[in-house]
Amino acid sequence: MTDAAMQSTVDISAIRQVLAQHGRLTVDVLTLDEDFDLYGAGLTSLATVGIMLALEDRFEVEFPESMLSRGTFRSVSSIAEAVANLTN
Amino acid sequence: MYFPGNFYPLASPLMMTAVADLPVSSAATAPEAFDFDELLSRVHAIGRDVLAVHAGDVDRRARFPVESITAMKEAKLLSAYVPVEYGGMGLNMIETSRLCEAMGQYCGSSAMIYAMHCIQVACVVHHAQQSAYFRRYLRDLVTEQRLMASATTEIGTGGDLRSSVCAIEVSGDCFTLTKKAPVISYGEYSDDILVTCRRSTDAPASEQVQVMVRRGEYTAEPLSTWDTMGFRGTCSSGFTLTSHGSTDQILPTPFNDILSQTMHPYSHIVWGALWTGIAADAVNQARAFVRAEARKTPGETPISAIRLAEVDLVLQEMRHNVYSLAREYNELLSSDSRESIHGFGFSIRTNNLKLSCSQRIVEIVGQALLICGIQGYRNDSKFSLSRHLRDSYGAALMVNNDRITKLNATMLLAHREGH
Repeated sequence: MTDAAMQSTVDISAIRQVLAQHGRLTVDVLTLDEDFDLYGAGLTSLATVGIMLALEDRFEVEFPESMLSRGTFRSVSSIAEAVANLTN
Repeated sequence: MYFPGNFYPLASPLMMTAVADLPVSSAATAPEAFDFDELLSRVHAIGRDVLAVHAGDVDRRARFPVESITAMKEAKLLSAYVPVEYGGMGLNMIETSRLCEAMGQYCGSSAMIYAMHCIQVACVVHHAQQSAYFRRYLRDLVTEQRLMASATTEIGTGGDLRSSVCAIEVSGDCFTLTKKAPVISYGEYSDDILVTCRRSTDAPASEQVQVMVRRGEYTAEPLSTWDTMGFRGTCSSGFTLTSHGSTDQILPTPFNDILSQTMHPYSHIVWGALWTGIAADAVNQARAFVRAEARKTPGETPISAIRLAEVDLVLQEMRHNVYSLAREYNELLSSDSRESIHGFGFSIRTNNLKLSCSQRIVEIVGQALLICGIQGYRNDSKFSLSRHLRDSYGAALMVNNDRITKLNATMLLAHREGH
């Protein structure tokens, strides 16, 4: 799947809203570059549990243990990619 | 006091330096055919002759067990976990835990200080060998037997180890750092302190590094005293730490990784081990008491012997739990695939070990007290269990069990597979 195709299937603004609500970040995630390193903005592994649960609820997906990696939650685009993989 | 941090598998492999990468040209000569059992016997001898002799006074006066630490230094025990190529004993996790357990049988505070020191040594050994500064430090640690302390908690972070208020300020090759630490165990008596802080003044609270501050390069202004129920000899007062030094003293691995890969598992294992030692000593006293009773009525097993059999079972379970996780961690450290150290499963098991041991120690000492009866309750009896009981209640509080249980509850929301 190409990046462009992936973008079209995943609602990026919904991901941003989840991050704004559960990310406990020090930056405005609604206007953030999609590749910005969220760990550099204060993201912790514990906060990612809340993000994961909210994403599961919003997109009706279930993250397998193997996807609970630092890389999955690194940026808006990496989350979008993960969600795209789970919804397809 | 520690707090588990990063629980997720990292995308990249562990940052621990492979031994093969290390320069060995200046390595000290390795001791010939190291005999761990012989070392363990020596530690028991130090325990009997030094730790146990002063344990009562250390406890009564809430004073630093200077005799214990001096004896440990003379036996080179402060570099037990330092790899052989730097001149250390090169003990593994399991062996280090056994030393902590042995010491716990004689003086809980001395054992706790030793365990906390070993945790700091492990942070450097696992995460800083890529730095010339820290390789030199490890050699100095061996020859000078330097005592390492830790300043992790901070006023204003609510006990969360994974966030810092203070930040390191770097100018050229030098840094300055000021931290208000509510607890620095044996901070007045240590040579070097590993301090957590934000990476820079504009870094978020969770972007932390660990910095080694050296005696002579810091001042410590007292914030609080240490007059507690147990572990009184750890002298865990609070200080405002003002320090400066060279940027070489910043550990070259993010604190997040140090915490999840080393500080969190290592501390819960060595604590569990020394708590097992305290519990074992209480059971030994109960056994001596039961035997004395049995001598009065030969041929008849006293009722208290049933209690002893019951408490012995709990002690065995406690010890088994400690060494089961110690073996797992030791294997993870020495395997090529260390990914699972970061997984939820290992983190949850580490927390469960702490929760379980901190409850078992209270249960075991309480049962031993019932066996010894009034002789155990007295302060002036050779069967007194006052110090053991007071120490044992601290186990659930140093990193509060409620906090750990809540963390496990959160992780279990995401952790789906079985162990």
